Amino acid sequence: MSQNTQNRRNFLKSAAIGSAAMSAGVAGVTDVAQAQTPKNTSAAATMNPNPGYLFFNLDEQSFIEAVVDHMIPADDLSPSGTQLGVNIYIDRSLASGWGKGERLYLKGPWKKGLSYQGYQLPLTPAELYRVGISNSNMHCQKTYAKPFDKLPENSKQEFLIALQGGKITFPSDLPSRTFFAMLYQNVMEGMFADPIYGGNRNKAGWKLLGFPGVIAVHAQNVEKFLDKKYTSPVSSISDMS
Amino acid sequence: MVTKLKEVDILIVGLGWTGGILAKELGETGLKVLALERGDLRTTASDFSLPNIRDELRYVHRQEMMQDAAKDTITARNTQSQEALPIRRLGSFLPGEGVGGSGMHWSGGTWRWTDMDFKIRSNYEDRYGKNFIPADMTIQDWGITYAELEPYYDKFERVAAVSGKAGNIQGKKQAGGNPFEAPRSAEYPLPPLKNILSSKMFGEASQKMGYNPFPRPSANASQAYTNPDGSKFGACQYCGYCQRFGCEANAKGSPHMTVIPIAMKKPNFELRTHAWVTKILKDSSGKKVTGVLYTNLTTGEEFEQPAALVLMCAYAFNNVHLMLLSGIGEPYDPISGKGIIGKNYAYDTGVGGNLFFEGKNFNPFISAGGTNTVFDDFHGNWEFDRSKPNFVGGYIVSAGHNTALPIGYRPVPSGTPSWGKEWKAATAKYYQQAMSITTRSGVLPNRYNFLDLDTTYKNGFGQPLMRLTFDFKDNEHKMGQHGADIINQMIAAMNPQKSSKASGAKRNWAFTPYQSTHNTGGTIMGTSPANSAVNKYQQSWDCSNLFLIGANVFVHNSAYQPTGLVGAMAYWTADVIKNKYLKNPGIMS
Repeated sequence: MSQNTQNRRNFLKSAAIGSAAMSAGVAGVTDVAQAQTPKNTSAAATMNPNPGYLFFNLDEQSFIEAVVDHMIPADDLSPSGTQLGVNIYIDRSLASGWGKGERLYLKGPWKKGLSYQGYQLPLTPAELYRVGISNSNMHCQKTYAKPFDKLPENSKQEFLIALQGGKITFPSDLPSRTFFAMLYQNVMEGMFADPIYGGNRNKAGWKLLGFPGVIAVHAQNVEKFLDKKYTSPVSSISDMS
Repeated sequence: MVTKLKEVDILIVGLGWTGGILAKELGETGLKVLALERGDLRTTASDFSLPNIRDELRYVHRQEMMQDAAKDTITARNTQSQEALPIRRLGSFLPGEGVGGSGMHWSGGTWRWTDMDFKIRSNYEDRYGKNFIPADMTIQDWGITYAELEPYYDKFERVAAVSGKAGNIQGKKQAGGNPFEAPRSAEYPLPPLKNILSSKMFGEASQKMGYNPFPRPSANASQAYTNPDGSKFGACQYCGYCQRFGCEANAKGSPHMTVIPIAMKKPNFELRTHAWVTKILKDSSGKKVTGVLYTNLTTGEEFEQPAALVLMCAYAFNNVHLMLLSGIGEPYDPISGKGIIGKNYAYDTGVGGNLFFEGKNFNPFISAGGTNTVFDDFHGNWEFDRSKPNFVGGYIVSAGHNTALPIGYRPVPSGTPSWGKEWKAATAKYYQQAMSITTRSGVLPNRYNFLDLDTTYKNGFGQPLMRLTFDFKDNEHKMGQHGADIINQMIAAMNPQKSSKASGAKRNWAFTPYQSTHNTGGTIMGTSPANSAVNKYQQSWDCSNLFLIGANVFVHNSAYQPTGLVGAMAYWTADVIKNKYLKNPGIMS
């Protein structure tokens, strides 16, 4: 996350927000449209790292950016989580039909269920994030006297490990492990799904693995690359549209 | 208000593989055939085109081609003493929706089940004695034979473009095929798929260990092909996007590009999509069905559709659900052991281990639905002595790569952190260097594994959801332990730098993760109304003008995947309806 982004957010939080947020939103839409222009890979490369959010509020933006940059730090192998757009991917997912509970049976009664009985909460993914993030920040505030995004890396690590293990009791009693499982799955999706969804910018997640992405035909490659390193440009849906 | 429509001769509920086969075959009679399908119509040209079909998030993780759990799902629990809760998001299994059904997103595994399965109880009693089969294992002979089905297996394999290598043609063993298969009348219509590195390494290792490996038979056309009906297939492109995707090359045998378009050309065939059947209607005698009730999902209007003959061709779960909702047949009660509908629900299971080879390039993204090598020495091989491991059934062992896409497939050695720099480095390194070996065994039916109606939860039509009570039992655990030992011996022999061993530890069935869409039983086949819901023609004993077609008639589940048998039995039933039933309607013997 850039210093600029942080400063902008601080400004937005302290200022009388309405019109400023609105104009940021409009700028965001333009950036996304640009990023998705077919075959325009240079636009994606130079894209504003913060194209604007559709779903997350300001506290949630800080939280999600801190999570994805902690989980995916920049190094020789890949850019950071926010540079990959993983935060934007999650934001877009939560604003989409999936986030609003598409394909999810949401009728009661609601029971806790046994451990093998899967997801049993009365929350859509978007609602789960809203409660999960605010409860995470309440927990961090209580334990470390700071919200998650302000923690030093070792405390972030400690918190996320505890969250993964279901060791944290949230004020709302929301099962912390369930929140983590969805968050973690979405981080992976944001890194490895097609860039058309807003993450995996410049196909950097795929390049990390050597995954070629959208390939029309491979029949001739079975023998050609048998036990050989596959070498071919990596393509996305946009590249081929 | 329900609008009553004009009667049709033959009504098909659900238009996937079985409905498509029946529609095509019975369309040839000239009788009025109507198919009701709750999903929509998809075509290869428009829906499965490049580049959009290569979208792992949409098709795998957002379940684009699957049934919508928001409208209808099932509730489940491990045992009767627990409370069943709804499967709120599909996980363990993924039945498809729409014209073509699960036959569009399957990976193509096509097997011939044999008399080893159809005569399961007599086989085991003859060889191991009456006490060998556990008292609560409700297996019985099916009443059908391999010899009866052989021509129909052949037909389905030719229609669906199955690539493979025969192991037994008319009693003569064939090198390179499965030596344990039953005699087939002819070779597969297409040669096997190419060997990828992982399937090759596994094949060589298993041969060295004395097993009999062969290429997994799959409805992935290894070459361009025209089937006997004139349907054209492209050659498989090993694109790596097979299971859960439609095939843009028309290389995967699917009903929407074979049998269904042929039926749709007939003037006497009609398809209504977005038509959700809520009930099968009986006459006052209860011995005949008169049609179905359905809702037009585009308007919400309800219709009664009368029919002289009703063929239930929905997914296995939905066929059973509609029988329970319609009050046809006696619901099964596990306490008394009485009743039939809902009995013998089965599934499949397996164990696996991962192997990591430094310096290898597996290129897991160059693969097809069927790029696997497999051996059948612990299943189809009747010589394999089950007395010591003490289980009924068996398992196949296989390796290869299929649909190894990066959101879902990122193998790392155990102990690797879940995120951070170390995670990233291991993820990058092992994506190319990992393969796995897995077993697949059928779950044998158990008295306490069954389907009935839920007493609490309702679907979008206000009807009770179906309730599944299911868990793995001792027989599955014993197969798991035996299979894990075999896999671990193979891992030792293949000697990778790192590995995660297979574990046969006892486990419960869970709602997630994905396991398989091989749900069977509920309206089982048998020799009399006392032991079954349908006869060997998949005809209801209760109502003779009702057929329940699909894996719902399976008495048990085998180590082989079910679609080969589902397809063959659909052709077998079509034939008997055409040549026998229509001439003289009534219960067929």
